[in-house]
Amino acid sequence: MALTLMKGSEAIAEAAIRAGCRYFFGYPITPQTEIPEYMSARMPEIGGCFLQAESEVGAINMVYGAAGTGARVLTSSSSPGVSLKQEGISYIAASELPCVIMNVMRGGPGLGSIQAGQGDYFQATKGGGHGDYHLVVFAPASVQEAIDLMSVAFDTADKYRNPVMVVADGMICQMMEPVVLPEMQDYKIDYSVKTWAANGRGMSKPQRAIINSLYINTEDLDMLNERLQATYRVIEANEVRYEAYNLEGAEIVCTAFGTVARITKSAIDDLKEEGINVGLIRPITLWPFPYKQLHDAAVAPGVKAVLDVELNAGQMLEDVKLAVNGEQKVDFFGHYGSHMPTPEEIKEKLLSMREVL
Amino acid sequence: MAVVFEKTKMLTDTVFHYCPGCNHGIAHRLVAESIEDLGLEDNVIGVAPVGCAVFAYNYFNCDMYEAAHGRAPAVATGIKRVHPEVCVFTYQGDGDLASIGTNEIVHAAHRGEKLTVIFINNAIYGMTGGQMAPTTLVGQKTTTSPYGRSEEWCGAPIKICEMLSQIPGCYYAERVALNSTANIIKAKKAITKAFRYQMEGHGLNIVEVLSTCPTNWGLSPVEAMKWLEENMIPYYPLGVYKDKGAE
Repeated sequence: MALTLMKGSEAIAEAAIRAGCRYFFGYPITPQTEIPEYMSARMPEIGGCFLQAESEVGAINMVYGAAGTGARVLTSSSSPGVSLKQEGISYIAASELPCVIMNVMRGGPGLGSIQAGQGDYFQATKGGGHGDYHLVVFAPASVQEAIDLMSVAFDTADKYRNPVMVVADGMICQMMEPVVLPEMQDYKIDYSVKTWAANGRGMSKPQRAIINSLYINTEDLDMLNERLQATYRVIEANEVRYEAYNLEGAEIVCTAFGTVARITKSAIDDLKEEGINVGLIRPITLWPFPYKQLHDAAVAPGVKAVLDVELNAGQMLEDVKLAVNGEQKVDFFGHYGSHMPTPEEIKEKLLSMREVL
Repeated sequence: MAVVFEKTKMLTDTVFHYCPGCNHGIAHRLVAESIEDLGLEDNVIGVAPVGCAVFAYNYFNCDMYEAAHGRAPAVATGIKRVHPEVCVFTYQGDGDLASIGTNEIVHAAHRGEKLTVIFINNAIYGMTGGQMAPTTLVGQKTTTSPYGRSEEWCGAPIKICEMLSQIPGCYYAERVALNSTANIIKAKKAITKAFRYQMEGHGLNIVEVLSTCPTNWGLSPVEAMKWLEENMIPYYPLGVYKDKGAE
């Protein structure tokens, strides 16, 4: 396999295309602008569509329009822009449409900063917009993993007719790494499979397509919500992804996602050389969250504490505590968005925890 | 017995929820008939708004979307970019298109999106119960302008055809009314033209339809027609604002 040195944002864009994505609607915002830039050059080469929308609101509604036709469609943005998309994301989830949304998280709240952040964890995993819904949320920790997850993201969206969010941070998109790209997939919409999708042939189909999230009768809205919740239960049962690292004989189990998990791994590796064993549970799906796997790791014999590390004030921490369910001590180390922790800081935190265990 | 008239098959048999005397019913029929007249029955996707026409997906007998408030032109853009050969239309009211959705319609026009936009202007928010719209006339009383719309406080009512016709990407803009048989015939011609232009590869095409809201205007259907003639048409003159196809 030939390795190519690629910038994260461009690798993600190319991976989406190779997963069959032929429609991209976006709006410039740092630190993800290289994704629309790449798409604007690449889509015309393969007969796809890149369109720069008038706003993030416009972009997500274009996604809603294209997703309703059954096409593979992507939008990307960064934190403040993703906030603007939330209205549309709620409609897409309620209308049971597949699509992929990239959030290249930066520091927040407000305009925040343009450096990496993880402060959109709550927004991504707990809903984000109005109503009872979930996105499937993937959190890659390297450029290669981001590439590999793009086709998984599109397949998962199609499988469950549910929007999927891929959260990266500014670091993943801005750094260059040697990667292997997958083969090109030429995705064609099959209207005999996607019978719910709109193609304009309403008159000759057994049932015309109605892409809609309005259910004015209580019973009808109940039915939609029950269907959505049933889908979420299936996703929770089947789609949890996580990485377990160095759990064997660990005294402390760390939890972290994305770039921060990589930095945490460096600290773990350093400590291992000093004869201290620390493990890591890295959720790859932030929703569904690996509650059971983390619980089991946290209460394993010899484990004395859990340390959650994040680039925010402690958002995943709430899920970590739910997973551990009071059966283990949980500590937190983090910086606010844009202030990336170093391996030394994490190591120091782990050593200080160890002193009082 | 010879059949001399049939309801267009582009409308379902679902009973309209519209109030007595409301012009949405006429507008729906003209849109549906135009689609059928052009032979687009099995090649069309519509986008309904938020507003009184929110249930339009139950009435137009074709693939339909229900869009978020004001976003129909963006939704239609997404559809049209996937299916450039399919006729795509939006059906929007004045709160939807002229207030919360101005960004979407202005940029769809600027991009010259090959769409047909049916814009119902009845100078009020109907569905939420008669609030001031961006098209509410100066002095007009609504539930949020109980003393009459003040131009000093709220500005002048927005003129969509005048505004959009200035945009290079706007191909066709005409304002019609449904207050007389003659005007309904003119409206039908305008709507058909707006669909025909799209299928000839042109955009953006908009028909603004001045429409009554007897319920929220507090008038009888007949009085409402008279009010429209005496108050709306003078401020919103009927006619063609742009027709690149006729140039």
